[in-house]
Amino acid sequence: MTDILEVTDLHVAVEGTEILKGVDLTLQQGEVHALMGPNGSGKSTMSYAIAGHPHYEVTSGDILWNGESILGLDADERAKLGIFLAFQYPVAIPGVSFANFLRAAVSSVRGYKERARAEAGGGNKVIGSELMPMREFRQELLAKMDRFDVDRTFARRYLNDGFSGGEKKRGEVLQMAMLEPKIAILDESDSGLDIDALRIVSEGINKLVADGMGALLITHYQRILNYVKPDKVSVFYQGRIVKTGGPEIAHMLDERGYAWVEEELAQALA
Amino acid sequence: MATEVDRKALEGIKDEYEYGWSTPEDYTFKARKGLDHDIIDQISDMKGEPDWMRQFRHKALNIFLSKPMPNWGPDLSGIDYDDIYFYIKPTDHTGESWDDVPENIKETFDRLGVPEAERKFLAGVGAQYESEMVYHSLREEWEKLGVVFVSIEDGLKHHEDLFREYFSTVIPPTDNKFAALNSAVWSGGSFIYVPPGVKLEIPLQAYFRINAESMGQFERTIIIIDEGASIHYIEGCTAPIYDKDSLHSGVIEIIVKKNARCRYSTIQNWSNNVYNLVTQRALAYEGATMEWVDSNLGSKVTMKYPAVFMLGEGAHAEILSLAFAGKGQHQDAGGKVVHAAPNTSSKIISKSISKNGGRSSYRGLLKVGKGAHGSKSQVVCDALLLDSESRSDTYPYIEVAEDDVEVGHEASVSKIGEEQLFYLMSRGISEEEATSMIVGGFIEPLVKELPMEYAVEMNRLIQLQMEGSVG
Ligand SMILES: Nc1ncnc2c1ncn2[C@@H]1O[C@H](COP(=O)(O)OP(=O)(O)O)[C@@H](O)[C@H]1O
Ligand SMILES: [Mg+2]
Repeated sequence: MTDILEVTDLHVAVEGTEILKGVDLTLQQGEVHALMGPNGSGKSTMSYAIAGHPHYEVTSGDILWNGESILGLDADERAKLGIFLAFQYPVAIPGVSFANFLRAAVSSVRGYKERARAEAGGGNKVIGSELMPMREFRQELLAKMDRFDVDRTFARRYLNDGFSGGEKKRGEVLQMAMLEPKIAILDESDSGLDIDALRIVSEGINKLVADGMGALLITHYQRILNYVKPDKVSVFYQGRIVKTGGPEIAHMLDERGYAWVEEELAQALA
Repeated sequence: MATEVDRKALEGIKDEYEYGWSTPEDYTFKARKGLDHDIIDQISDMKGEPDWMRQFRHKALNIFLSKPMPNWGPDLSGIDYDDIYFYIKPTDHTGESWDDVPENIKETFDRLGVPEAERKFLAGVGAQYESEMVYHSLREEWEKLGVVFVSIEDGLKHHEDLFREYFSTVIPPTDNKFAALNSAVWSGGSFIYVPPGVKLEIPLQAYFRINAESMGQFERTIIIIDEGASIHYIEGCTAPIYDKDSLHSGVIEIIVKKNARCRYSTIQNWSNNVYNLVTQRALAYEGATMEWVDSNLGSKVTMKYPAVFMLGEGAHAEILSLAFAGKGQHQDAGGKVVHAAPNTSSKIISKSISKNGGRSSYRGLLKVGKGAHGSKSQVVCDALLLDSESRSDTYPYIEVAEDDVEVGHEASVSKIGEEQLFYLMSRGISEEEATSMIVGGFIEPLVKELPMEYAVEMNRLIQLQMEGSVG
């Protein structure tokens, strides 16, 4: 079956200020949807709200997974459904190695923990025994590091700690590749990347989409769309999506900037 | 604990056990509670000690009785000296059985994956742990190198001159009330001598030779590292140690001679009825390095400030201290470094975690004495508070008597970052697990100094300590 994430008339407030003012959006597996919009328009806010950040308060509207509201679910439960957010600004966790973190995440998302608990029948399991077996995990991690052109030294480094901007973005893509989400939101995964890194990240996304992932590609620039071909392009403006169409919209934006959107909006309102 | 590698390498070695390195304790000693000079005589009789030691104990008792309780630091009013057995425990624990061990301790063993054989011992119902065989063959190797690694009792018995030369020279009974107490009633511990130039790769582990006695309440350890020699000594283990005795007061004296090196690692996880009041101090001579890696996870109250006195030029001291204070616990830990010679250097790193109303304090002394030109010291203490009922304090004392020195002190108190939690949770990790992961990362700079298998256990232990802490 094809999983579908729907955002309906979503209003989100942060510390009492309304940032999202009625977002409507549908994402489904296998589809690439590009989302473009000026700085401060609320793209990251929407991403956080979908991922379940407790600070972002949904004041009205809904977020549905295959028709059912997920507003009551914590971030980890949403991740287990198959929702992934590649952060615009990945957070550093000093002292926690990339590999250990990822093994815990993968074990959780793939249900190793729940199975271990069920098997223990309420008894006491040795801590750590509910993880994906080390050998299997290592094999898969190394294979994916190679496939996504991430240096193997990443595994032992502390998560995002002292990573360059580009390394963080690649790290997000590697996490995505390991967690195999159904729907991924990539929040400016292209920014700060040089052309080689951009190509690698784009190829990574394409591979995952080919494997059935749906992607919401939040970006400022047309250039990543030369590598990842979107099925749809939407324009985000002042807390909502104001326009949705085909790839031609991205080119228009690139040529004419957001002034064009403003004009159109003004005309529509006039 | 014996490393996995050690265990594997030594598997199948079943040398005949001939020396009986742990003195059989077949005496029946009917002691009473409380402490007085009769008890001292009984202890001395029982151990068959030379007269000088008997006299030493009596003097120490007088010092103990004359010294007031410390009027600073944690609340010690719960200690009732009249309700404590001060004699050494017979090893056969008659009348105690596995069934008497509290359920939560048993569960903890399950979760930590503590091997069956060790459990009974740790729970205080097994007299001796079977790693003796492993120990035995290692001991032969060490003996060939001239290394002495025996119980403190055997140290006194078989190496009396050496023993007497150093015993109580680093920590005299007058040092503090609990050092006096230990001096009066000490029992159990290790005696170690490493000859010049001998560098041991495999850590000496108290664990190899623990029996009920060496885990005693009033443990005494002496370590002498001769010139250019080097060792790593490990004491304790991560598994919780269940002990009905409520007062533990050890004394550890270490002498690190010219260009020698000693690392002493402790992991202590006493059950939370225990007052753990330990005095541990090292003297570091010219070009010597002394490192304390000290982790305190259990007990009701811990007072422990590993110290290094740098007496020779170019000596180096490092103290890594980790404390975890849970509900009803007060960890008062830290370190003391005294620079008493030129160009000495020291580093203290303290990491504390408090949760469920637990309290942890860093108490540190950094002293640069007259003449300690060109010395350097760096102190970093980081506290992590997991909730608003918990508490952390720092008491840094700094005395510097020279100008041309570099002294740095940094302290931070932090909470678990919300953005960090969200980031980890957005990867499918539960709040509880994410919290322990962040805590594990916080103490990683210290844990990575431990041998691998201890580090693994430590991480499990932290995870266990964190369970149920997230509402
Ligand atoms: N945690 C926050 N606290 C306060 N204001 C915020 C927070 N997050 C976002 N905002 C505000 O919400 C608006 C949208 O920001 P954001 O979602 O980051 O936009 P974008 O990702 O489109 O650049 C901005 O005005 C920003 O200042
Ligand atoms: Mg943004």
